[in-house]
Amino acid sequence: MSLLLEANGVTFRRQGDLVFAPVDLQLAAASALVILGPNGCGKTTLLRLLAGILRPAEGQLLRNGSTAFLGHASALKGDLNCRENLDFLRHFHGRAGLSSSQALVRTGLAGLGLRPARTLSAGQKRRLGLAGLLVAPRPIWLLDEPYASLDDAGGELVDSLLAEHTATGGGVVLSTHQRKPRLRAAHGELVVRKAAPEETA
Amino acid sequence: MSLAALPALLARDLRLAVRHGGESLMPLFFLFAVLILVPLGVGPGPNLLASIAPGMVWVAALLASLLALENLFRPDFEDGTLEQWWLGHLPVTGLVLIRLLSHWLITGLPVIIFAPLAAQMLYLPDQALGVLLLSLLIGTPILSLVGGLAAALTLGTNRGSVLLSILVFPLVVPVLIFATGAVSAAADGFSPRAHLGLLAALLVLALTLVPLAISAALRLNIE
Repeated sequence: MSLLLEANGVTFRRQGDLVFAPVDLQLAAASALVILGPNGCGKTTLLRLLAGILRPAEGQLLRNGSTAFLGHASALKGDLNCRENLDFLRHFHGRAGLSSSQALVRTGLAGLGLRPARTLSAGQKRRLGLAGLLVAPRPIWLLDEPYASLDDAGGELVDSLLAEHTATGGGVVLSTHQRKPRLRAAHGELVVRKAAPEETA
Repeated sequence: MSLAALPALLARDLRLAVRHGGESLMPLFFLFAVLILVPLGVGPGPNLLASIAPGMVWVAALLASLLALENLFRPDFEDGTLEQWWLGHLPVTGLVLIRLLSHWLITGLPVIIFAPLAAQMLYLPDQALGVLLLSLLIGTPILSLVGGLAAALTLGTNRGSVLLSILVFPLVVPVLIFATGAVSAAADGFSPRAHLGLLAALLVLALTLVPLAISAALRLNIE
């Protein structure tokens, strides 16, 4: 069983204060990890750390494989249409995944390929973000609140994409505060705790 | 992994620039607005215009390059595409260089292409035209680089255009001095080599150091 992601005592400091208590986690291939916790406990910060966008203040972080991070910001260009957005991602990451049209069909956006991304609804933007994961396959998925603003069918789409991804040997870390994913793969849970006020020596 | 990511980013930047056509043409419009208004203001005498031509073209080019700086990194910062740069397999410095290249292609290159026309409008002596183009070719990339650093540093401030201009001006003064010095020397029949050499040295210095500084500044704002 190979590890995709390993964190030992990872912390992050914002203006000198710890954001969350030190985190240890291991993500094996073909597994999923759900990060739970109330608003403001540092779930997003942890995911951004795991993605490599932020650097840990203490602790060690090992990544074995390229990562995809889907955050609150859509990372889409509103002035490009859906297909152009996906084509860019596909070329940027080496043209290995589904074609843009296949990904649009898979995520229920068939027929919207020529719509500028800024005219999409919030849920459709989330779906387009998911399509971006399919056109540029990367073993580690870090999803921040993937169920946010999606309807029931969208939630099921996320579940089935996660199941497919873990079935093909990928790893997923996702954060949620609402709906427990009905993951068909083995998944662990990690509760992020707010850091206790530090004792100053 | 593959370097195909760099052309992909360049192609997307240029496609977006074309889609924002009016905004992208602003620097060129600005350049010609200045070059048309100044003769009306100071009088159309060929001697006067010929003597101020190098400075005029260069000051206009400098201000034109400032116009597009505000949007160099900000849209990417706001829509989340900028933080994706740190996930990739490529060093951020490479992506920064590509972004600066697209900025130069949009603001610098049109100025160079239309500089002969501007030189004619201001009665710049013919023997100085080649040097003017050469100085723009060497100098405008420095403007993009230095401006990019200021844009990256002011990313966290809300609409930091005033701060941005204040940061850029002192840093581009040497560029202006050596570039206009080269063109004036050529217009007066002297060799512009010393000025152009110093300008090229500035370009090498900026090209090696500024992308590193920009990636560090961007990282600071992302965190």
